[in-house]
Amino acid sequence: MSSTTEGRIVRPYGDTTGDGMVQLSFTLPIPHSKVAEGAAAQLANKMGMDPALVVHAKPMGPDFTFFVVYGRVHHLVDTSKVEVVERDYPLLTPKEVNAAVKRSLRRRLTIVGACIGTDAHTVGIDAILNIKGFAGEKGLEYYRELKVVNLGAQVSVPQLVERARAEKADAVLVSQVVTQRDAHLLNTREMSAAFRESYPSDRMPLLIVGGPRFDESAAADLGVDRVFGRGTTPGEVASYLVHRLAPQPETRPDARPEKQPERKAS
Amino acid sequence: MTRRPTGKLDLDPTTVRHARSLARKAGRPIVTMAKKHTTVAVERATLRLAGLEGADPEGTPWVNRLLDVVRADVGLEHGVALPVWDALLRGEADDLATLAQKASAGSVRFRLPEGRDATRATTASRRQVAGGIRRIDARRKERDRLIRKFGDAPRKPWIYLIVATGDIYEDIPQAQQAAREGADVIAVIRSTGQSLLDYVPEGATREGFAGTYATQENFRLMRAALDESSKELGRYVRLTNYASGLCMPEIAALAGMERLDMMLNDSMYGILFRDINPVRTFVDQRFSRQVHARAGIIINTGEDNYLTTADAVEAAHTVSTSQLLNEYFGKEAGLEDWQLGLGHAFEIDPEVPDSFRMELAHALLARELFPNAPLKWMPPTRHMTGDVFRGYLLDGFFNLAGALTGQGILLVGMMTEAVVTPWLSDRDLALQNVRYVMNAAGNLHEDFRPAPDGFIANRARQVLAETIELLDRIVTDSDAAGDPPLLAAIADGTFGLMKRPADGGRGLDGVAKKSGVYYNPATELLEEQK
Repeated sequence: MSSTTEGRIVRPYGDTTGDGMVQLSFTLPIPHSKVAEGAAAQLANKMGMDPALVVHAKPMGPDFTFFVVYGRVHHLVDTSKVEVVERDYPLLTPKEVNAAVKRSLRRRLTIVGACIGTDAHTVGIDAILNIKGFAGEKGLEYYRELKVVNLGAQVSVPQLVERARAEKADAVLVSQVVTQRDAHLLNTREMSAAFRESYPSDRMPLLIVGGPRFDESAAADLGVDRVFGRGTTPGEVASYLVHRLAPQPETRPDARPEKQPERKAS
Repeated sequence: MTRRPTGKLDLDPTTVRHARSLARKAGRPIVTMAKKHTTVAVERATLRLAGLEGADPEGTPWVNRLLDVVRADVGLEHGVALPVWDALLRGEADDLATLAQKASAGSVRFRLPEGRDATRATTASRRQVAGGIRRIDARRKERDRLIRKFGDAPRKPWIYLIVATGDIYEDIPQAQQAAREGADVIAVIRSTGQSLLDYVPEGATREGFAGTYATQENFRLMRAALDESSKELGRYVRLTNYASGLCMPEIAALAGMERLDMMLNDSMYGILFRDINPVRTFVDQRFSRQVHARAGIIINTGEDNYLTTADAVEAAHTVSTSQLLNEYFGKEAGLEDWQLGLGHAFEIDPEVPDSFRMELAHALLARELFPNAPLKWMPPTRHMTGDVFRGYLLDGFFNLAGALTGQGILLVGMMTEAVVTPWLSDRDLALQNVRYVMNAAGNLHEDFRPAPDGFIANRARQVLAETIELLDRIVTDSDAAGDPPLLAAIADGTFGLMKRPADGGRGLDGVAKKSGVYYNPATELLEEQK
């Protein structure tokens, strides 16, 4: 491995550098037999595992077999070619958020939040908005300079638009957990279209959508300003709001050491 | 169910009695209020018990069609029975179905009968609704007979598994497979959003979001499929659905008539988590529980929800409080101890020191407060992170806590919670987890006696003390409108931080104060039993 690619090119690690070992489990819709185990090995081979060890095979009822397979993959991963949405704004403490809003807006920043459509899962919106918060961080209700209107679950898009207008919302937060038949994507597009229709383009509130199954790079496609995925904390959302709505004269990118708790939201 | 040794926590009986009397004090004014009101859903349930089924070509049930016309003509406050059977006796139609069709075409006018006409309408409606009650009684007897014939679940806790494909014809093979793998109870999760529909969808349904619509036909299809499985497996497999939301009384009636065995039915869930009007909820809830009592259905209450929105340590006492209220409301409506599947959940953050000891304390407290109730034990969801391996371990501890504290109904936790709707293999692994724990430690509760002044006993006493404090706050609460204290407390955000005023929320327009001549044969028949 040349020094330029050192640390850039990686492969999975089992117990020795470069061994490429991975584990995999799956079910095949066939009864357990020697043939079934061979079929599992064949699948693993086709997926690039070579050698593939079928370490466990268990019948589940008369028609299915569950497998655990360990094996080596030869693929290399180039981390310089990985595309992700990196946080492009500084992470602020609640105090800094309050101070920034006060200085820049001279009023409280209003946020209207809801789960739209038939989605009844308020876990996500509540984790971000409720004072209780998430992953040890207090929710946005805790921020003195943020006015939070949480409409809860099963809010229709027209209701949301109407309330956003009535509250003169600076930002609208929408949470979507249910993904069956792509409901989260359809609902989000319907929501962003409704806002575009109802507001002049320069007066639109910031549209933010979040949920565990969103692709964070899909904002433009969904017609929203930002998509937050799994693991987002209230502090990140608050910091983003400041970044977009209460910009600071002298931004100090990453003045604070970054500490991202490895927690996941849903 | 009563054989389990009690008194492991050495709870002070006077304190426990005090807690119960506070729950009674909080609940009684609500019952008084509930008795004075009716709702569109209660009246539609009455029509369903009288045998009115089906829907118009647009899918609006005939019970909705008929009730809407009656309400427009004479109002809701007298109940649906007098005007409807008066119209039948006047010869407007030969039967309810025809009457509903004619009414929605605008060719019937309803009136409130008086004198002898009223007496005749009363008698006729009572006779017809009694048919529905008899059907419920027959289904209950049939359940008892099938349990005798096939055998009951082989052990406690009953293993409770969920199916939720959205398509009843996909649900059926999944449910049968789950039963084969060891499920004693199958729950069909409802489509997201059904709780806010003010009608019960009709027919077999193949499309739902994250669940399958509760309809009479879906109930019938699934019950028939599980009867087949029960026969095949030599044990009666129970079926569960949801009597909650705006149509709670109707769903309860359908469940009774189609021999469902358990129903999720919480006294405050709809108010707090679905923003359904509190008065509507309490009126609907009382009627639905009267039906469940008659049908021999076990209710499952929803206390686990408090712990998914609030911290499971800080909010532990809200669970006990809600259990006590659910018990009061349930018993008032005629449910017996064995029908009270009071809910609670394993939701403490596993990072918290001694989290498992606290889980044991809370679970044991529920067990000892309600020694004869089956108790519904709900698995971790909030702290399932997507790390399926860690999740599997957490579910193992959940199962162990269930075994140690004698839970009656164990909802099987999936390691893929918060990742995907369970795969076939997830369910199989989850059941292996349950079986291992029950096989290895199922009788450990016999040896398990927490130290009298140890961590667990003290924690349980602390939660009970906080419960009493909260109940005290509830019974002394008040609002400007002079509502019952519990309604004022709900409006203040006492539960789950959600503020739900008595005059807000969905479904309030479907509530009416009963008039002096209000008559409902279903309520009359259901209350006679007591």
